[in-house]
Amino acid sequence: MLLDRPAWAFWLFAGPFVIGLGVFSYIPILWSVYLSFFEARNTVAPTEFVGLRNYAQMLTSPAFLDSLLTFTLFALFIVPTTFACSLALALLVNQARWAQPLLRSVYFLPAACSYVVAALIWKLSIFNGVRFGLANTVLGWFGGDTVAWLSVTDPPWYWLVLVTLRLWLQVGFYMLIFLAGLQRIPKVLYEAAYVDGARKGWTTLRHITLPQLRTTSAAVLLLNLVAAYQAFDEFYNVLGSDGAYPPYARPPLVFLYYTALGSGQDFGRGTAGAVILALLIAIVTLIQGRLLGFGRDRT
Amino acid sequence: MARRGVPPWSRRRFLQASGIGAAALVAAACGGNTGRGGGAAGTLTQWYHQYGEDGVEEAVKRYAAAYDKAEVSVQWTPGNYDTKLLSALQGSAPPDVFEYQTKADLVRAGQLEPLDDIIKDVKDDFSAASLASHTFEGSVYGIPQAVDTQVLVYRKSLLDDAGLEPPKTFEALVDAAEALTKGDRKGLFLGNNGGADVLGPVPLFSAGLGYVTDDHKVGFDDPAAAKAFGGLHTLFESDALLLGAPTDWSDPSALLQELTAMQWTGLWALPQIEAEFGDDFGVLPWPKLTDDGAASVPVGAFGAMVYAKGEQADAARDFVKWLWIDKTDYQEDFNLGYGFHIPPRTTIAAKADKLSSGPAADVVGFVEELGRPSTPPEWTPAMDSAYKDALSNIIKSGKKPETELKTAAETVQRELDKLFG
Repeated sequence: MLLDRPAWAFWLFAGPFVIGLGVFSYIPILWSVYLSFFEARNTVAPTEFVGLRNYAQMLTSPAFLDSLLTFTLFALFIVPTTFACSLALALLVNQARWAQPLLRSVYFLPAACSYVVAALIWKLSIFNGVRFGLANTVLGWFGGDTVAWLSVTDPPWYWLVLVTLRLWLQVGFYMLIFLAGLQRIPKVLYEAAYVDGARKGWTTLRHITLPQLRTTSAAVLLLNLVAAYQAFDEFYNVLGSDGAYPPYARPPLVFLYYTALGSGQDFGRGTAGAVILALLIAIVTLIQGRLLGFGRDRT
Repeated sequence: MARRGVPPWSRRRFLQASGIGAAALVAAACGGNTGRGGGAAGTLTQWYHQYGEDGVEEAVKRYAAAYDKAEVSVQWTPGNYDTKLLSALQGSAPPDVFEYQTKADLVRAGQLEPLDDIIKDVKDDFSAASLASHTFEGSVYGIPQAVDTQVLVYRKSLLDDAGLEPPKTFEALVDAAEALTKGDRKGLFLGNNGGADVLGPVPLFSAGLGYVTDDHKVGFDDPAAAKAFGGLHTLFESDALLLGAPTDWSDPSALLQELTAMQWTGLWALPQIEAEFGDDFGVLPWPKLTDDGAASVPVGAFGAMVYAKGEQADAARDFVKWLWIDKTDYQEDFNLGYGFHIPPRTTIAAKADKLSSGPAADVVGFVEELGRPSTPPEWTPAMDSAYKDALSNIIKSGKKPETELKTAAETVQRELDKLFG
C-alpha cells in the first residue's frame, strides 16, 4: 500500500497532462505522418495510398524550396541579430543603478503585444506607402521621396519592415532570459577576477560573463532558430492580402497554411511539407547543439 | 450597414487578414460539437458566413422561421468561413444547407447535391455569369444568392480637365493614368500589389484568353497573356500607379482621399463614392488589350447548396427550392434590403430602383453583357496560388512573363489532369 501510493499520486497529477499531450500533440503528429503518404484532399480519412509522391512533389515545388531557402537565410541573419541585440540590452539593463525594474518592463512590454496588432501598426501607420506614413514623413524631412515600403520588391524594403517588427517584438523576451542568466552568475567570480587584476569591461565580459551564460545562450539560440523557421503571424498579416500571399518572403508555414488549410484542404501535400520542415528544424538544431554543446554537462 | 456596404467576402477576408481567422481555426478544430449533432429529425441546419451589413442575420433567420415544412436552424458564422465550412463537411456535423462557391473537388468528393431539377424552370432568369460559376459538367450545384462584381471607377471631372475620354483599351488606360498623375495624386490604383492579387482572370479576358480552355487545358500559356501581364509590370514601374496606400483596393478610401484619380474596386464601394462625389464619377469594365480580347467584369456569387451525404438531403433541397427559387420577395429583400448587391435573377434586378440609373445601372449592364465568372468551379486553390505567384513575380518583381507563366501552367495542368484525367 505504501509502495503503491507514490505511483498513484504520480499518475493522478501527471495523467491528465500525459493524456492531453497524447491526444493533442502525439496523435496529431503521427496522423500527419500517416496522411503525408496519401492523396488526402478534403478528407482526413484518405484511402488512396501514394507512397512518397507528396514528398516528391513538395521537394520539387519551386515555391516550397524557395520558402525553405529564404527562411534559412532569414534565420542566418535574424538569429545572430536578435541574439546580439537582446544580450546587449540585458547587459545594459543589468548595469542600471536605478529604475532597473522599470527598464526591464519597458523593454519586455512589446513581447506582450499581439503579433497581429503590431503587424497592423507597422503596415498601416509606420510603413504605409503614402506621404503621411510615419517612415515617409521622416524621409520627407531629409528630402527623400516617398517609398511604397511593402509594394516594391526592388530594393526589397519589405525586409526592413519585417525585421524591425520582429526585433521589436522579440528582443525584450530574450533580454529577460539573458537577465535571469546574468543574475545567476555569482558575484564572487567578478570579485576574484578584480583581485587577480582583471579590468572591468571587456576582460570580465569575455572571460566570466559569456562563459557563464553558455547554457542560457544555447537556449536563446535554439528558441530563436525555431522561431525563425516557424515565422507566421507577422508575415501573414503584413504581406498577406485578400487570401493571397506574395511569392517572396513567404515563410514555409504560410505556404503550408495555404496548401493544407485555407480553402486548399490538401492535407497530403501539406503534411508532407510539415514533416520536411520538422526534419529540417531538427537537423539544424542538432548541428547547432553539437557546435554549442547544448545539453552537455557544464562541468 | 456597418462599414457601409463592405462586401460579404471582403469583410471575411479582412477578418482573415487581421488574424481572427487563426482563432476561428482553433475554434473550428475544437468546435466539432456545436450542440447540433445529428439534429432532431426534421430540423435542418443552414450556414451563412458573416455578412458585413446590419440586418442580414435577422433577415435570414426570419426567412428560415417562415418555412413550415421543417424547422431550420441558422448558424451565423463569423471568422474564417472557408476553413470552418470545409472542415465541417469532412467532420461529423456538416450543415444540411450552406452557402459557398461550387468547387470541382467538392463535386468530385460527392459532397454537393446537384440542383438541376429545382432550378430548371427558372434557369433562364439567372444571369449567365452567376449560373456559370455554379455549373460543373452540365449540372448546377448552387443557386446563386447575390452577385458581386468589380469595376474601374474614375472621376469624371479629372478626366474632363485632362481632356480625356473614359479609356476603352488597356493602352488608353495607361495613358490616362499617366496624364492624371499630378503631385500627390496618382492616376490609377489597382490595390497595393499592383493588381497581382485582385485582377485574377480579367487581364486574360482582355487578351481573348481565360484560365482554362473548354477541353481542360491551360488557357494562359500564351504570348498574349505574357503581353497583358508585361503591360501591368510597366504600369507598376511607372509613376502613375498608386502603391502602399493605407487601405487596399476593396476600400474606396484611396479614391475618396484623392490619392488616386481612378481605382479598381467592388460594387459595394459605390454608395460611399456617390456620397462623397455625387455624380462626379463613372464606372468602366476592365478594358480590352487586343482585338481578340474583350472588356469584362469578374462576377462572383455565393450559391445556396445542399450537402449530398446528409440524411436529410431531400428535405434540404425542398427548403433551398422554397427559399432561393420560389420566395422571390425574400430574394429581393436579401439583395436590396441591406447591402449593395445585384440580384442574380434578371426579373428581380429589373425591379430595383437603386439599380436603375447612374453608375449602378451601368454595372448591372456590365454584369449582363460582359460578366465572366471570377473563379470557375474547375479552378482549384492550388491552381490559383500557382497563378498568383506567377503574376506577382511578373508584375511586381519584373521576372520574364513567358517563363513564369510556363511554371504556373505546369502546376495548373497537373491539377487539371487530376480532375479530368
